[in-house]
Amino acid sequence: MNYQTILNKRIQAVKPSGIRKFFDILEEMNDAISLGIGEPDFVTPWHIRDAGIYSLEKGYTKYTGNAGLMDLRREIANYLARRFDLHYDPKGEIVVTVGGSEALNLALSCLLEAGEEVIIPTPSFVCYGPLTEMAGGVPVYLQLKAENQFRLTAQELKSAITPKTKALVLPFPCNPTGGVMERADLEAIAAVLEGTDIMVISDEIYAELTYGQKHVSIANLPGMRERTILVNGFSKSHAMTGWRMGYTCGPQPVIKQMLKLHQFGIMSAPTTSQYAAIEALKNGDGDIEKMRAEYDGRRRYLVDGLNRLGLHCFEPKGAFYAFPDLRSTGMSSDDFCEQFLRTQRVAIIPGTAFGPGGEGFARVCYATAMKDIAEALVRLERFLDAIK
Amino acid sequence: MLKLLQLLEEDCTLTDSQLAAMADLSVEEVAQQRKALEEDRVILGYKAIVDWDRTQREAVTALIEVRVTPQRGEGFDRVAQRIYQYDEVESVYLMSGAYDLTVIISGRTLKEVAQFVGEKLATIEDVTGTATHFILKKYKEKHLIFERQEPQERELIFV
Repeated sequence: MNYQTILNKRIQAVKPSGIRKFFDILEEMNDAISLGIGEPDFVTPWHIRDAGIYSLEKGYTKYTGNAGLMDLRREIANYLARRFDLHYDPKGEIVVTVGGSEALNLALSCLLEAGEEVIIPTPSFVCYGPLTEMAGGVPVYLQLKAENQFRLTAQELKSAITPKTKALVLPFPCNPTGGVMERADLEAIAAVLEGTDIMVISDEIYAELTYGQKHVSIANLPGMRERTILVNGFSKSHAMTGWRMGYTCGPQPVIKQMLKLHQFGIMSAPTTSQYAAIEALKNGDGDIEKMRAEYDGRRRYLVDGLNRLGLHCFEPKGAFYAFPDLRSTGMSSDDFCEQFLRTQRVAIIPGTAFGPGGEGFARVCYATAMKDIAEALVRLERFLDAIK
Repeated sequence: MLKLLQLLEEDCTLTDSQLAAMADLSVEEVAQQRKALEEDRVILGYKAIVDWDRTQREAVTALIEVRVTPQRGEGFDRVAQRIYQYDEVESVYLMSGAYDLTVIISGRTLKEVAQFVGEKLATIEDVTGTATHFILKKYKEKHLIFERQEPQERELIFV
């Protein structure tokens, strides 16, 4: 059979991530230090795991309603109001999804007609472009600048807007740069969007991980709620990556369409995970504080170390990544990271893996034990000496 | 100060330069504060937590409930002092409730511990009774879990 003619061309055209080769090398080394994986190194707090187990003991093993347990949606609404002053109706404005990723997929699929454009600031997480293409849209990558600490400026946004622009992805706090958008930055973006029909898909999965200042959602700004699809979840805030728990909030007419896609494609998010998530929101604020404080210590240490070794790194105020500038070494990101891995057995991710604008940088994840970060810095110093 | 203590309580192997970066202090400030904390005996010491069961060395630990007659003017302090002077005694706590002192002692064998209780501890003037509980298995100490946790089997994914 000629599968090429059988399979959907749009899907076939999507390129698999180039980072695989890198991970293959890493997987064969059993003594390597990995600062490569973007995942909390904490295990989900016990009281949350226990709530999941308890729900199984009680026999809660059936589907939930399509949008998720009402109790959970209510808790999500309370949580968003309490933490970010965001107000959504649990009935009709919130859907519980299989991770934030599903929510992104729902949003893009529900918005896009063939050929419509989605502005995607980069470097950023790798899924936005492929999901846009698979939904028939056209990704328009917008390179953010290191000198702006990888924030999106109004000028940059204006220059990327065309009559075909359907949506803007706003990935802040940002994986991989650690960049954040403060209220004033968002106000400038809101001013550009006002009066247009452009929707914002705001991926706020790292909202709880900001240091020194509180995260502001664009949906919190006047006039923005009606055009924002908020995406969030429990993976980063509560160290719950494997539970696959996310959610999306937005205006009722938008959520109504997204729910259809979720209903027919997924049915409902995993029931056990939903019960665990209720516990996370009811009694988990302290866990967030504790993990944030821990990340903050590692962040300071790592950023300090990178700068000390001459790899300039602006202060990442969000997520759990530092994004040092490698250009002073004269090496490309890919070469630097591959050689660093092969010779020093430390994995960091070349910035190029995160789209245009990543060349010359690397993502260093500090959701890793302190002793590993310390050892990685020692090896980095050795590596920099060797390539001088 | 508090931040420094929190960090050290969590991991006392952190170097001053690590502590400095993490607590947003200079290395000199960390060294100074640390010295002051040690001198004021806010920090009593730094010790490793050892799982002796993984070694060839035999070790038993017992928790002993001790009832004592408090002394006029001195309360429980004097008798506690007489107990904690022994090298075998790991910890001594004054308790509320049915008995007065918790004494944790370690020795190489049951016999050694029993002998200590019978000959040294129980014979102290003002000690009116003891109940010895041997620790059979340690699960967790100072937030550290003794059992080795098997890591989740995994294939790396790109996130």
